[in-house]
Amino acid sequence: MDRQAIPVLTESQKMEGRKFRPSLTSRRKQDQTAGRVLFAVTLLPIALVTLITIGLAARFWPILKVYSFWDLVSGTVWKPQDGLFGFWPFISGTFWVTIVGAGLAIPPCILTALYLSEYARQSTRAIMKPLLDLLAAIPSVVYGVWGVIAIVPLVEKNIAPFFEKYLGFVPIFVSKNPTGYSILSGGIVLAVMIAPFIIAVTYEVLMTVSEGLRQASLAVGATQWQTIRSIILKQTMPGIIAAVVLGATRALGETMAVLMVVGNVPQVPRSIFDTAYPLPALIANNYGEMMSIPLYDAALLGAAFILLVIILIFNIASTLVLQRMLGKRWV
Amino acid sequence: MDAHIQIKNLNAYYDDIQALKDVNIELPRKQITVIMGPSGCGKTTLLKTFNRFLELTDKTSITGEVLIDGQNIYERDIDVTEVRKRVGLLAQRPFPLPMSIYENVAYGMHIHRMKNNRNEYRKAVRHYLEVAGLYDEVKTRLTNPATSLSIGQQQRLCLARGLAVEPEIILGDEPTSALDPVSSQHIEGRLLGLKEQYTIVIVTHTLRQAKRLADYVIYMYMGEVVESGPAKEVFNNPKQERTRAYLEGQF
Ligand SMILES: Nc1ncnc2c1ncn2[C@@H]1O[C@H](COP(=O)(O)OP(=O)(O)O)[C@@H](O)[C@H]1O
Ligand SMILES: [Mg+2]
Repeated sequence: MDRQAIPVLTESQKMEGRKFRPSLTSRRKQDQTAGRVLFAVTLLPIALVTLITIGLAARFWPILKVYSFWDLVSGTVWKPQDGLFGFWPFISGTFWVTIVGAGLAIPPCILTALYLSEYARQSTRAIMKPLLDLLAAIPSVVYGVWGVIAIVPLVEKNIAPFFEKYLGFVPIFVSKNPTGYSILSGGIVLAVMIAPFIIAVTYEVLMTVSEGLRQASLAVGATQWQTIRSIILKQTMPGIIAAVVLGATRALGETMAVLMVVGNVPQVPRSIFDTAYPLPALIANNYGEMMSIPLYDAALLGAAFILLVIILIFNIASTLVLQRMLGKRWV
Repeated sequence: MDAHIQIKNLNAYYDDIQALKDVNIELPRKQITVIMGPSGCGKTTLLKTFNRFLELTDKTSITGEVLIDGQNIYERDIDVTEVRKRVGLLAQRPFPLPMSIYENVAYGMHIHRMKNNRNEYRKAVRHYLEVAGLYDEVKTRLTNPATSLSIGQQQRLCLARGLAVEPEIILGDEPTSALDPVSSQHIEGRLLGLKEQYTIVIVTHTLRQAKRLADYVIYMYMGEVVESGPAKEVFNNPKQERTRAYLEGQF
């Protein structure tokens, strides 16, 4: 047979009828490996949180063999030298500062987000949004310094005397603390710090309301404000609450700025003008010092454990709500 | 002709795109006017100038006049919410408000405080649900969320909601385009019944629907009104070549 007569076959024609090659060519292997590595890296943070939680629980354990969990959490006296490890001043301090901070932040944040989503023109939005995001980039310690220089004196010289004079009969406004280092100062600093975050998330939530729904309300002659009140806020309330709670979890864990302005006295606060000593400040101020005191290490890491668990619970709950509301927008 | 709405020298712009070009038309009172034309020709834009919805979009502007009963609704100190109360809108697809069926219908009445007591509201809600042809289907579940209704029912609910604030004019922007044939027919039937009492303006892109509904026709092309007139004249004997082409299905 004349070999010349055989037509030249293309590569794929030569392959015809053959089996496909098994997929473990080197390219394919590379791809698989990359996928696995990326997946592992993605899992790392989750693994880390789990390990930290377990690690903290383990270091917390020794003190739980001596005192019950309930005794520790509800104990109001913190005197490690005498073996008294009451967490209540710190836990309540944390909540006081967080609630005051979130409370101060909520109304202006929601109004700002409403302004941006409902009233502002596209061009205004394009300027305001990055500016607000910029606020979130300011380091915590700078806010702390601002608190010490500006807010603490303001509370001491103006706000506390004013409240003492006009609202002194309300227990939470009584001012016995002569300095401005107080829950209110911590709350104000926190409010400013978490505001950009709450605004950004609330804005996202408001943007989930379809234009058609807004127009449905406007079409019957509702004003924009009536539309906001009875349609938009109603529709987005769960998401806004979640945004605020998520903001509050940041406040719960915020350490530096708060530590600089709350006074850090381990007592159970009674008024917004009292000093407080939130959990993060306790840990940051004391860990690594006086560690020879028995169970001190276990107590501090126990405090860290409690803080972490509180934050995880709030965080996961609000994230779930937001995920349902925002769907794919929430990344 | 007894014109309810008169448009004079109307131009509308999205930023620098001109969507309406020198529109001059009159729409007859208590009849159904149908606005036709190929997609993107400016039908929705024209409709939005009748209830001042165009200004909800950023960077839009208009020149010219839209007169309702002789009064320009773009005059400086006109209350836009009153314009929208008097000129109702049935949107392209239904948007039930996040509340019960009952509250959806009562919503606008509450906003304008149109009734004196609960009983009057209840009667009015029932009345407008009946007018919209929905009452019998929902009378046992008025407190259910409006979103529990089918799309077709939702659109009739939106009609009831719009009628409840006692408008004089009803606008509909392709109000049946999201509906199944039976629901569409239902809405069309309601509109035909309502023209005794209301001036109705419907945008549609289906010629057959236009023929079923129209007393008066406006044909638009590329932002201009090419032809307008009584339905019989325009359908049977179009004056303009472009209208004839559209009617013969060349688009
Ligand atoms: N929001 C908008 N921004 C910019 N241009 C728009 C906008 N809405 C409509 N247009 C333009 O205006 C013209 C008319 O649109 P429209 O009134 O929606 O047409 P129709 O309803 O007849 O399909 C189109 O060319 C469209 O591209
Ligand atoms: Mg349209």
